[in-house]
Amino acid sequence: MNEPTTPQVNSHPAATFLAIRALAARELVRFFRQRTRIVGALGQPLIFWILFGAGLHGSFQAPEWAPAGMTYQEYFFPGVVVLIILFTAIFSTISLIEDRREGFLQGVLVAPVPRVSIVMGKLVGGTILAVIQAVLFLAIGPLLSLIGLAPAMQIGWTIGTILAAGGFLILVAFSLTALGYLIAWPMESTQGFHAIMSVFLMPMWLLSGAFFPVPETGWLAWVMRVNPLTYGVAGLRQLMYAGMEMGESPRIPGVGMCALVMLVFGAVCTGIAVWMTGRRKSADQR
Amino acid sequence: MIDVRELTHHYGSHCALRAVSLEVSAGTILGILGPNGSGKTTLFRILSTLYPVQQGSVTLGGISLTDDPAAIRHKIGVTFQAPSLDPRLTVEENLRYQGYLYGLSGRPLRERIEEIMSRLKLTDRLRDRVQSLSGGMQRRVEIAKGLLHDPQILILDEPSTGLDPGARIDLWIYLQRLRDESGMTILVTTHLMEEAERCDRLVILDRGEVAATGSPEELRSSLGGDCLTIITENPDSLREKIETDFQLPFQKIGDNLRLEAPRGHELLRNLVEAYPDEIQSVSLGKPTLEDVFIARTGHQFWGAESAS
Repeated sequence: MNEPTTPQVNSHPAATFLAIRALAARELVRFFRQRTRIVGALGQPLIFWILFGAGLHGSFQAPEWAPAGMTYQEYFFPGVVVLIILFTAIFSTISLIEDRREGFLQGVLVAPVPRVSIVMGKLVGGTILAVIQAVLFLAIGPLLSLIGLAPAMQIGWTIGTILAAGGFLILVAFSLTALGYLIAWPMESTQGFHAIMSVFLMPMWLLSGAFFPVPETGWLAWVMRVNPLTYGVAGLRQLMYAGMEMGESPRIPGVGMCALVMLVFGAVCTGIAVWMTGRRKSADQR
Repeated sequence: MIDVRELTHHYGSHCALRAVSLEVSAGTILGILGPNGSGKTTLFRILSTLYPVQQGSVTLGGISLTDDPAAIRHKIGVTFQAPSLDPRLTVEENLRYQGYLYGLSGRPLRERIEEIMSRLKLTDRLRDRVQSLSGGMQRRVEIAKGLLHDPQILILDEPSTGLDPGARIDLWIYLQRLRDESGMTILVTTHLMEEAERCDRLVILDRGEVAATGSPEELRSSLGGDCLTIITENPDSLREKIETDFQLPFQKIGDNLRLEAPRGHELLRNLVEAYPDEIQSVSLGKPTLEDVFIARTGHQFWGAESAS
């Protein structure tokens, strides 16, 4: 047989990177071979945006920090972007449960790769998919005003804010995929994940300022302020209005604060995910 | 190459492995033979680093599994009983990603994939999605995946699951070639007697304990002589009669009576003459591995659950 080709040091960064690349690439290949997933992850939020935008148009009162004349559909726009990211993150991490059931995961677990690269492979793959779809929606959304399905919006970009928003989208996508990972890891069936999705992930999004603004007082205000996703929506919202000052308000945190919260949240979720993956437990494999 | 000592494993209060010890020297094929539920899959999962070592010690290629599972993962190739291929990817993609996980890339990886595919006669299916292959072909890709990084130790869990008899023979020829040409150490779990026969050494597992160890030949000859099995309507009374008339300790296994005896053919004649009405049929044969299993454990290989 061949000369031994097995590399001796596999904790080497290059090997770790190679493993992350392989696992992330597999996520992308799988995604693009399942057309229905693309429709689900992008189509539903788009329909939500148009229908809720039209339906709640009359009953919406823009918060004091918003640019004058903001319609509900415009307000809802960054919220839908975050919803797309959430859906994609959920779909990506549901595949973790499938990987376990189909057996692919056990093959990865016996491979000589640092456990962190198993987690990162999934997260990088999920993040890329989420960001691609979010950017698609960010580009398509304003165009709908040309055919009357959306109002004219005051969104304005500069090169700087496009780059900043891109970075911020990556941060949000990565954090949400990490959150999905640590929910999916101990799950035996996708049904369990769907249950968590309806009682935890969807409310998390509803209470993030994506759907309605954070009220000034009351329990709801508090719940929304401790929700990390609130900072994801608020950060993206502010980056979308280049050169337009949002009114200073305790109801919307600044961009720096938003980035910091997302960063800490993502790091904590990733840390837990790596720890979970590294644990060898008899009950882990069926 | 593989050294397992006093390995005990519990699932909650259920004890799946009880003080299992075994040793495999380099370049041998060791079979773990046992019925379903004997603990062989648990043993496989511990050796493949999926399950932790709870009690006892395991050393693979001189490295302790408790100390450094990561280093062991380099040395072992693993083939699972359940498929570990991604059905939505092509054969080539599955193998390429596997290569990346083992630190192979670029030309060496391409060459390695080609080499192993031609050895397993799969070259023309490289671009096909795994889900379009037959069960036997998927199995071969599965084995190719485990061999891709040229491991020193190959661990296979019920490798012939889903293979037709012809493919099963091919698989064993290939395993024996790996042993002979590369000096690979191979550990195979199986519940098939004819597979167990092809191993260099066998460990018979029963209810989480080692019931016997040795080469298939040693195990069979340890029984001595011939193996006599009587089928009768009334095993208990017949057994008592034989015990008083002949002083022979027949074992009752299910509804049959069995005994190993040095001169089976004479005994057979005597028994049939003595109890023409009670005996429905008698069979006489050289002991098989199944006989070894029955003799060592006192019950049939196929327990009540699978009743065959």
